[in-house]
Amino acid sequence: MATDVQDVLGSSVKRVEDPRFITGKGRYLDDIKLTGMVHMAILRSPYAHANIKSVDTSAATSKPGVLAVIVGADIPWNPLPMAWPAGGSSGIQNNVSTPRILATDSVKWTGEGVAAVVAETPEQAIDALEAIQVDYEPLPAVVDAEKATQPGAPQLHDNAPNNIVFTWPVGDKAGTDKAFDDAEVVVKQRLVNHRLIPNPMEVRGDIGLYNPGTDEYTVWMSSQTPHIQRLLLAAFVTGIPEHKIRCISPDVGGAFGTKIFCYADMALVMWASKLIGGRPVKWVESRRESYGSTIHGRDHITYVEIAGKRDGEVTGLRVKTFANLGGRLSTIGPGVPTTLYGRVLSGCYKIPNVYAEVTGVYTNTTFVDAYRGAGRPEATYVVERAMDLFANEIGMDRAAIRRKNFIPPDQFPYDNPSGLGTAVNGEKIYIDSGNYEPALNKALVAVDYQDLDKAKAEAKRRGKLLGMGLSTYIEVCGVAPSKWIGAVGEGWGAAMWESSNIKVHLTGKIIVTMGTQPQGQGHETTYSQIISHELGVPMEDIIVQHSDTQGTPFGYGSYGSRTSSVGSTAAIKAADKIRDKARRYAAHMLEASPDDIEVVGAEYRVKGSPEKKKTLQEIAFALDLGFSLPAGMEPYLDETAYYDTPNCTWPFGTHIAVVEIDEETGETDLIRYLAVDDVGKKINPMIVDGQLHGGIVQGVGQALWETAVYSDDGQLLSGSMMDYALPRASWIPNLELQETVTPSPVNPIGVKGVGEAGAIASTAAVANAVNDALSPLGIRHLDMPFTAQTVWRAIQAAKGGKS
Amino acid sequence: MTEHIAVVVNGQPREGDVEPRRMLVQFLREDLELTGTHVGCDTSQCGACTVHVDGKAVKSCTMLAVQADGSTVQTIEGMAGADGALHPLQQAFWEKHGLQCGFCTPGMIMAAADLLTRDTEPSDEEIRHAIEGNICRCTGYHNIVAAIREAASTMRAGAQAPTAATAPAAVNA
Repeated sequence: MATDVQDVLGSSVKRVEDPRFITGKGRYLDDIKLTGMVHMAILRSPYAHANIKSVDTSAATSKPGVLAVIVGADIPWNPLPMAWPAGGSSGIQNNVSTPRILATDSVKWTGEGVAAVVAETPEQAIDALEAIQVDYEPLPAVVDAEKATQPGAPQLHDNAPNNIVFTWPVGDKAGTDKAFDDAEVVVKQRLVNHRLIPNPMEVRGDIGLYNPGTDEYTVWMSSQTPHIQRLLLAAFVTGIPEHKIRCISPDVGGAFGTKIFCYADMALVMWASKLIGGRPVKWVESRRESYGSTIHGRDHITYVEIAGKRDGEVTGLRVKTFANLGGRLSTIGPGVPTTLYGRVLSGCYKIPNVYAEVTGVYTNTTFVDAYRGAGRPEATYVVERAMDLFANEIGMDRAAIRRKNFIPPDQFPYDNPSGLGTAVNGEKIYIDSGNYEPALNKALVAVDYQDLDKAKAEAKRRGKLLGMGLSTYIEVCGVAPSKWIGAVGEGWGAAMWESSNIKVHLTGKIIVTMGTQPQGQGHETTYSQIISHELGVPMEDIIVQHSDTQGTPFGYGSYGSRTSSVGSTAAIKAADKIRDKARRYAAHMLEASPDDIEVVGAEYRVKGSPEKKKTLQEIAFALDLGFSLPAGMEPYLDETAYYDTPNCTWPFGTHIAVVEIDEETGETDLIRYLAVDDVGKKINPMIVDGQLHGGIVQGVGQALWETAVYSDDGQLLSGSMMDYALPRASWIPNLELQETVTPSPVNPIGVKGVGEAGAIASTAAVANAVNDALSPLGIRHLDMPFTAQTVWRAIQAAKGGKS
Repeated sequence: MTEHIAVVVNGQPREGDVEPRRMLVQFLREDLELTGTHVGCDTSQCGACTVHVDGKAVKSCTMLAVQADGSTVQTIEGMAGADGALHPLQQAFWEKHGLQCGFCTPGMIMAAADLLTRDTEPSDEEIRHAIEGNICRCTGYHNIVAAIREAASTMRAGAQAPTAATAPAAVNA
């Protein structure tokens, strides 16, 4: 690092993105206005399950401003792809049914698209929808994943008997059964991990533009994965050659997983633009619409059994889960409750025998896919509730049982028995590193755990039931080694490497492009910090570009907390190449051997003669002109790197929630929340803390308020923001964050990733706190969300009153 | 059928012909191309569309454009000075990492600005209550509260809100 450039890596520099956002100059999808742009609205099914007998669009076509009315039968394109089957090449049967661009024969949930109108204004498009006559034949519906598998349940798809998409086993069944047979104690519990609606503040939308002159398409989309969408739209949906589609994500107003996927509307705006001769067609979902057109999350019913000894040693975990996947499958729907859930069920514990069986199920509900944490919050909830239930059964302290069963720090890399390390063609993933007990101890001290009984007694005097809940979680970040994906067959056999390109222009200014795609994480800042550190150039001389398949290298996008580990490493590798070429060219300029050039920040000096030096800017200027090149060297300082991670990364920590429940009303207050997280090294601690804050509150939201509720006939009762309770500022305390730092050995910075950690840990922490608070009443387990009504009913039932 | 309206927006007299059903937020975003004001829901729950009308915070998805006729409106675009000097709230949101995706931020800043005109030294509890009508999904509110606390402190210490965007007297329709 040159002495005049401050090393910004690891410091909380302000975000370079923010000036545009705080002044109202962000540019989100709906802010884009193109010349000649028209608008599309989609007619959605009011029934959860029905056959479509006919669609009459004749009255709609003559409505004011209407340019086209589209029905499913008009579009010869394929249904959407399902890219991540359960078990992949392991022979598991996946009974796949995915959405068409618009439904043709039947609808499987309220909100499935049936027809579309393109009109001059959004209002005209919406008005014309009312003139479309759809003759539905309503059918019986089922919304509960467990009930849907039972005899006599309404059947959704001919290719899926009993509505079962797959039944996926993982782990050692015989060994686990034996561990249960031999156990001193077995505890069983049914757990409902209810359905959530992710609700990024910006809804989704697309703009399609067909160019009749070149026969090319441009699609603007609020997406986490523009490169993947181009691939999927080209190769799987439309058949349009990949090089004739360009996908652009403008500023994305939050996503949390919802914007990873391939949605029908992306193809529909392409179709519509071509249909009307190439005018740009915009579609933006309304919030209410989004509850049926954008994926939901979670929705598991799980039977967990935990076995062990009276001294607290856990010897077995047996899990059966019904995972609700909705009416048709979303892009990676089956991958979430299998690989991302079943394979990490044992969490941070050294449980020798683990067996899980996951049944993926169709129901007449919105499709379910990856929402912040994606499988890992569900797994954490299962194992963390199970540990508490086991501790309570044997009368052991809840911290002590965790401490007793942690994977010891000398056993990393750790090959867990629930399947992550399952070798396929020799490929395994290991838990890279960890040291769980210091984080637990730090958290216990911070919350005065030893005084818990006193705090409970004090609260009781005020008519409150106080509870404290622990969640000692691990997260899987940095997905994933491509060779492992290929071997296991999980993923569509493509890959999950990342990419970055660095160009040092003649003036010394640097443009970094990347294949990842931010949605609020501050990638423009963190990549700038990394490149500033690597090349010794001030951040203000670096600009980071992303989000456009034209002009950025192919990348798999941002999800699974993978950008800091996989994407950033690609940028470091590209910087390595820049530095190497600059060194070789500096040697040419200084008439020295490349081996004699030392790099100090942006200065390339002859060893022993520090006055003989060239700056990166001088090197770039000369090299980009190319007037004098050594033999074999190409002009320009422009390097691209592709990076495939050798392993995932594994953050961990201890979260502790403290709640008070009003015994009279059942109202639950989160009065304190403390988290000790170990996310490895940090590129920007301020941004890391922000990710934790947001994740924690989303997980708290699930535990206390948020829930997607369907009526038995498939109507979404929590169908708007008035009915779906998102956390509000006044419901949340200030959050207390502490850390331990165990650098990941997987990547050069030692980062682990942080995007999902908060959401993975916090739901279980709050659930354990509420159950702890209720335990004096003899309540052993209560399912989430802990609304006042739910808790009040439980209290009344426990006291022998009527609920 | 349209109605003619005249509104002073960020100090500038603006006029337009709007359908009676047109919301103020649509008038701002689509007719005046002030896209800093966002739409995050359809039930007046999220507050992303919060602007000031005659000095008070209003959810502009809940107010018809015709109702704003003759009013003075301030949006996020009018918060910084003409010289680019940031409002103390904008500066504090930046300093304290009070935003991530930025989508709720304009509405959040406008709601907070309304609070700070009424209460120059709000407690954390009062801040949280004041922004209860604005949903943020990214930050968990922690750093938003810190930013508003910081801005209040800055403003008490004498930093003035930029004046260039201060509206002249309302123009009658």
